[in-house]
Amino acid sequence: MSLVEVKDLKKHFPIKSGILKRTTGHVYAVDGVSFTIEEGETLGLVGESGCGKSTTGRVILRLLSATGGSVSFDGQDVMNASHGDMQRLRRDMQIIFQDPYASLNPRMRVKKIIGESLRIHRIGTDEERLDRVAELLEIVGLTAEQGERYPHEFSGGQRQRIGVARALALNPRFIVADEPVSALDVSIQAQMINLLEDLQDQFKLTYLVIAHDLSVVKHISDRVVVMYLGKVVEIADSSLLYDRPGHPYTEALLSAVPIPDPGAERARRRIILEGDVPSAANPPKGCVFHPRCARAQVDPCTVAMPPLESTDGDAGRLSHEVACYFPTRYAADGTATASTPA
Amino acid sequence: MGERLLEVTSLSTHFYTHAGVVKAVNGVSFSLDRNETIGIVGESGSGKTVAALSILRLVPDPPGKIVEGSVVLKGRDLLALSEDEMREVRGNDIAMIFQDPMTSLNPVFKVGDQIAEAVVLHQGKGKREAAQMAVELLARVGISDAKRRANEYPFEFSGGMRQRAMIAMAISCNPEILIADEPTTALDVTIQAQIMDVIREMQGVYNSGVIMITHDLGIVAQMADRVMVMYGGRTMEYGTVDEVYYNPHQPYTWGLLGSLPRLDEVEKQRLTPIEGQPPNLLLLPPGCPFSGRCPYERPVCRETFPDLESVGPDHGVHCWVPLDERLAIRASLPYFAASVA
Repeated sequence: MSLVEVKDLKKHFPIKSGILKRTTGHVYAVDGVSFTIEEGETLGLVGESGCGKSTTGRVILRLLSATGGSVSFDGQDVMNASHGDMQRLRRDMQIIFQDPYASLNPRMRVKKIIGESLRIHRIGTDEERLDRVAELLEIVGLTAEQGERYPHEFSGGQRQRIGVARALALNPRFIVADEPVSALDVSIQAQMINLLEDLQDQFKLTYLVIAHDLSVVKHISDRVVVMYLGKVVEIADSSLLYDRPGHPYTEALLSAVPIPDPGAERARRRIILEGDVPSAANPPKGCVFHPRCARAQVDPCTVAMPPLESTDGDAGRLSHEVACYFPTRYAADGTATASTPA
Repeated sequence: MGERLLEVTSLSTHFYTHAGVVKAVNGVSFSLDRNETIGIVGESGSGKTVAALSILRLVPDPPGKIVEGSVVLKGRDLLALSEDEMREVRGNDIAMIFQDPMTSLNPVFKVGDQIAEAVVLHQGKGKREAAQMAVELLARVGISDAKRRANEYPFEFSGGMRQRAMIAMAISCNPEILIADEPTTALDVTIQAQIMDVIREMQGVYNSGVIMITHDLGIVAQMADRVMVMYGGRTMEYGTVDEVYYNPHQPYTWGLLGSLPRLDEVEKQRLTPIEGQPPNLLLLPPGCPFSGRCPYERPVCRETFPDLESVGPDHGVHCWVPLDERLAIRASLPYFAASVA
């Protein structure tokens, strides 16, 4: 059994307008998303702004209520858990936020920020809690003395470490990391990525890493979920993602990411997508990607969203699913045999 | 390369704050030729944006002041010009695209009118003709249905379209130099690819020199002919992109390259981050700003900033570690060991 199972998850935000604030439409932020996360695995969730990746993370933790679908954690139904059950579940499910400036209370000392969840869950005596905070600070590469300080006394990278220490306080099994490095400079980003990897080994953590930076996601994840406009378009083992993308959106996304290697850059073929991502309040009918897709056909692409299906090109050794009527297929030697529509 | 457009020599821009002097740019030199793109790469606080603003003399004074150096545009020292003369240079000779297109466009004027304003101001064209040109410029940077779009307000544009409008405004007066300061940082990667495409295309049309300021070594690899790596207000290393990426000599450059996860890595490699935190710009040592974080530091590093050492054709580095020792250290680093194999 997978540790986390997400089935047909939906989150629609109502659009209200007029004096009476009537609901005049919906933003289909997350619209039928399914995937699983195995114990000890890092699953990456990637997509451009507005694709619903952060909302997905929050709905899984029930920081937002779902419009439909289900989430289970270790066999337990998260969406319908009682208040008490939910509190117990939250010990196991934690989150690291993107912005290390906005997510730490500026009026609290760091030791209090990190120890807060211990206090809420009534774990240990005051003294034991302080010991635990000191231990946590050292785990994330800070010193126990730094617990006496306030967040503004730290740099961005150090604040993000404080956020990680807070997430670890209750010994969780599962952590959602929502853009954990995007606010950090390159040199500090690498420190944070290595820290997350070390903590995973040390504490047998399971991660859902949400990020827009494909290089980071691919590096840190075992498998990667690619989202576009509230839907999953591809799920692939991260070793397959770069060499064998199946969905035309994934291909375009990968080709748009610059690689820090001038020679490799000169040799690349870049696919430039036309136009912008459509509004999630009025998503295209059929496949959500069809208005920007070079392979799209009136039938079937504008009729119905294709289901996620396993591609057989990898001989089933590694997981790879694509939601496309005309996915790129690969021969045994790795050459693409795009199933371009006739 | 073509004709020399810009020559910046030992430029220093300092900010005089209540807490002390911030040496945001400290003795920086570089040049730019026609049709060439130079990348200025660095992390936050490295001085890359202030260097660009200093070229245009847009550093707010007070607290900022260009304390030293020269900026020569085709034989004219911009730092010696009057404010009126400088205003002619901005837009006409050198145009700039900023990071956040929403704050650089005026929200209460139509996009077309804002572009036309620049044309009227700098080229003395009539209003009607300028309006016509604005539509043409919008079409040229890839905005479809430009005629209708010119009549819209910035809020009706998406982020990518706003940046296109900014580029249209920048190229409206045929500038010889285009400075792009993190032009795509606020944009998604597929839109970033579109914008980079437009910048490259416009450079081809107008034969301009481009200064691309970014924190992204991938963008530099993609766009630039030459690159300057900055840290703590100093140039650490400069050279052609091939030299700096394949034959880097500065420990900070090694650190940057080793810190980056690569999309095309086949076997997962552990990243080698730069230890420590970014420097406090008020407390920079008199010597190399990277001392304190540099694993190969020696006593002299904190005291004096090393002179430029030429390590190849059009490739220079500032570093106290002796050349042979440097090459030995580099060969032992995981990032370079892997790329040699």
